[in-house]
Amino acid sequence: MSERQVELEVLRYNPETDQEPRFQRYSVTCREEWVVLDALNHVKENVDPTLSYRWSCHMAVCGSCGMMIDGEPKLACKTFLRDYPGVIRVEPLAHFPIERDLVTVIDDFMAKLARVKPYLIPKEPAPADGSEYRQTPAELKKFKQFTLCINCMLCYAACPEYGLIPQFIGPAAISLAHRYNQDSRDGGRAERQEEIAATEGVWECSFTGACSEVCPEHVDPAAALQQVKIKSTVDWYKKHLMPWAKE
Amino acid sequence: MPYVRTIPRVRWFFRHPRYVRYMTREVTCLFIGAYTLLMVWGLRELSQGPDAWRAFLECLASPASIVFHVLALMFALYHSVTWFNLTPKALPVQRGEDFIPDGVISGAHYAVWALLSLAILVLAGAF
Repeated sequence: MSERQVELEVLRYNPETDQEPRFQRYSVTCREEWVVLDALNHVKENVDPTLSYRWSCHMAVCGSCGMMIDGEPKLACKTFLRDYPGVIRVEPLAHFPIERDLVTVIDDFMAKLARVKPYLIPKEPAPADGSEYRQTPAELKKFKQFTLCINCMLCYAACPEYGLIPQFIGPAAISLAHRYNQDSRDGGRAERQEEIAATEGVWECSFTGACSEVCPEHVDPAAALQQVKIKSTVDWYKKHLMPWAKE
Repeated sequence: MPYVRTIPRVRWFFRHPRYVRYMTREVTCLFIGAYTLLMVWGLRELSQGPDAWRAFLECLASPASIVFHVLALMFALYHSVTWFNLTPKALPVQRGEDFIPDGVISGAHYAVWALLSLAILVLAGAF
């Protein structure tokens, strides 16, 4: 099994002692098949136990280990060291405040996620005989790709609008709202529209498309946002030009 | 206290090549806007009589005007192509269970673009 010496340049910040973050260099003997998370775990276990970062599943499911790797938002568990020939620069996810080292403050995203009500608000009461809500394969396919979001926030770190205008509800939360709006069993669209059709919702999006480029689960948040824009525009015209038409 | 990193307010798009590509698409609107103003100016000259119109046409033949037209054409093409390629994201069409392939959606936009351009050329007496 081949090994290689890898140089990691990791952004460090200790809120108790540091005025601002600084880079620290670690030289690690790594196996060829390691990902960046393996190298960080190796550092924490053998070199520097004070290094802080989030991780859990190590298989691109939990969405905890998002960080900037050579300036690109990536999951550390899915980013192979062999793809980086030189020094690998590891920083906390962009656009979020740094709590400590590679750990960011994610309260803003969690609050926005709650605002868009990303859960099923049933259109009709459950069938009286206790059976399931029925859904056809076509109805499922309509929103399926948007269910794959793992809330890793890479799209927020890629989105220049969120960086400049932090009030923007952002790609993942709006995509999840869209996912439920598209669900044939759901009746909560009007409640979600108040958040996502507002200025701080889809209208802050200028379609840079960076969110979709960095998504590790190949969700297409940029598509969701443009679709919400079109549907919201149609709502507006219906309301103002056809006030007699019911929603 | 958590540390908040600042983002340059004006030069933020130099941070990543994908932001530069995005800004290039946005900047194309300046050339398209300028070309629209040029056409409005042309209409005004046309309404002023044959002498004014001839002077306008001479103006258009100047080297600076030709450089501007080439640039405006390049930016208009870049604008159109980048937007048409994004249309499948905004306008997905589901037929039965499956979505129509992206190429069909953007292809339909290119086809309408070509047809309209042809119609304008016919109306302008190019054939």
